[in-house]
Amino acid sequence: MSTDRVPADAPFLRVEGLAKTYPGAPEPVFDSVNFGIAKGEFVCIIGHSGCGKTTILNVLAGLEQASAGHVFMDNREVAGPSLERGVVFQGHALMPWLSVRRNIAFAVRSKWPAWPAAQIDAQVEKYVAMVGLAGAIDKKPSALSGGMKQRVGIARAFAIEPRMLLLDEPFGALDALTRGTIQDELLRICAQTHQTVFMITHDVDEAILLADKILLMSNGPQARVAEVVRNTMRRDRQRASLHHDPQYYRIRNHLVDFLVARSKDLSHGKAPAVPPVVEPGLVADEQPALAN
Amino acid sequence: MNNANARLNARAALMSVVILVLLLAVWHVATLPAGGAAASGLTAEQIEYQKLLGKDPTAGAKQNNGFPTLTQMREAIVSNLAHPFYDNGPNDKGIGIQLAHSLMRVGLGFGLAALIAIPLGFVIGMSPLMYRALDPFIQVLKPISPLAWMPLALYTIKDSSISGIFVIFICSVWPMLLNTAFGVAGVRREWLNVAKTLEVTPLRKAFEVILPAAAPTIVTGMRISMGIAWLVIVAAEMLVGGTGIGYFVWNEWNNLSLTSVIFAILVIGVVGMVLDLLFAQLQKAVSYVD
Repeated sequence: MSTDRVPADAPFLRVEGLAKTYPGAPEPVFDSVNFGIAKGEFVCIIGHSGCGKTTILNVLAGLEQASAGHVFMDNREVAGPSLERGVVFQGHALMPWLSVRRNIAFAVRSKWPAWPAAQIDAQVEKYVAMVGLAGAIDKKPSALSGGMKQRVGIARAFAIEPRMLLLDEPFGALDALTRGTIQDELLRICAQTHQTVFMITHDVDEAILLADKILLMSNGPQARVAEVVRNTMRRDRQRASLHHDPQYYRIRNHLVDFLVARSKDLSHGKAPAVPPVVEPGLVADEQPALAN
Repeated sequence: MNNANARLNARAALMSVVILVLLLAVWHVATLPAGGAAASGLTAEQIEYQKLLGKDPTAGAKQNNGFPTLTQMREAIVSNLAHPFYDNGPNDKGIGIQLAHSLMRVGLGFGLAALIAIPLGFVIGMSPLMYRALDPFIQVLKPISPLAWMPLALYTIKDSSISGIFVIFICSVWPMLLNTAFGVAGVRREWLNVAKTLEVTPLRKAFEVILPAAAPTIVTGMRISMGIAWLVIVAAEMLVGGTGIGYFVWNEWNNLSLTSVIFAILVIGVVGMVLDLLFAQLQKAVSYVD
């Protein structure tokens, strides 16, 4: 448990040379994907549709097999699904025949089968309260709004106290206001629990608010993680004051430039296999130079 | 909204009663004694003469002209329902005893079919290989009329009552098998992925994820099977005889007691409806709103 300091060369999660080729396709969707995630780090991955973000997340979750490459968590290879990695699915994936309480209890019981019912219930109530749904704990998912369902999905992933959390575009289907509220909640919970998070998003602002590190993926086929953008803003940043920080626009412009202009020129494996780390927030204006 | 619905229900009930009264009225008119009309063209002497010849033209008023009247029907229903469980030997048993025999056969055949079809449907639904391997057998066996099995069943089993149960089994098995396979194969990928990431054991996955997810489809299959079983039991019991509501119908036909036949038809309808309602309740209990 004394893994607070992880050597720079051995991050908590390590992805090496990951590639995926679907049968019959001439080129891999992505190849030579390399990156690492340190313990307690919040990492977002951004890229256009079809570059294989969800496939990468599924490989990390152990739900899908990569065609080549390896994933190591805490120096052990990821070879299948595990309770050490909690997943929040794109479409909440709650079981509609169970109430909120029993949906989360299902997960808790999977992790700790020997726990007595009272202890399971206490764990469930703790995490339901954490996402602010204590009043709806005995409702069925069909009686909840989209935002509430996604919160239950998040509570379910947190309730098994995984060592790493994988989120597949969890707020994609929510309206902007709800999304903001849940982003704040997620930020608060992650700050409390020092959770290591890997998250897919399409929303540049969401990435800047939440992530310590943003992975930029080039377009497929043969997509790669082309660049790692370090978020140099204060970690206690708030959604309300984010846009007052001059760094915000530099980072944002850098991300948007990448997605609009550069990502398509880097498809077919033209992106570097080992992505450079950049800190656009610290670069003086008009100079989107590489810092590393 | 609710109020409008209640009013619609009330109006529908009223309409049903009106239709029933109309039907009964048609029945009543159609079975009115024709005796008066037949005798009216004759003089008193001619009637007297006919009576001497052994043909009584006024008897039609008292005797029925074939189809039972409403009064006769009511008497038959009352007398049958007054003693539903009497037993005067093999050919004269109350309707309750006959029904109990039929229900027992349907219950046994249907239960046996469920015991085999639901687990097998699970396997077929989970394994594309098994699905393809068993598909030709199912496609050939499914359209066979269950009664076509009867001679084979009688020959091999050598017991008419068990043969009846077998026929119910064979007709109930297909809808349950196919619906279970279909429901299990259609369980959402994301629920299975949730189970995978939680490292749920196969047994828990089967009972706590796949079964509840597929339950509405499975119960629909059971409901269809029960409907078919109740249709088939009457025909099967007419064939094998002995006991049961189907045999009761056949026996009363041989007695030329149309009132009893009509009474039995009504009972078959009502019991079939009750069975269907039971499965509708079960369906409601296992269904979920996504």
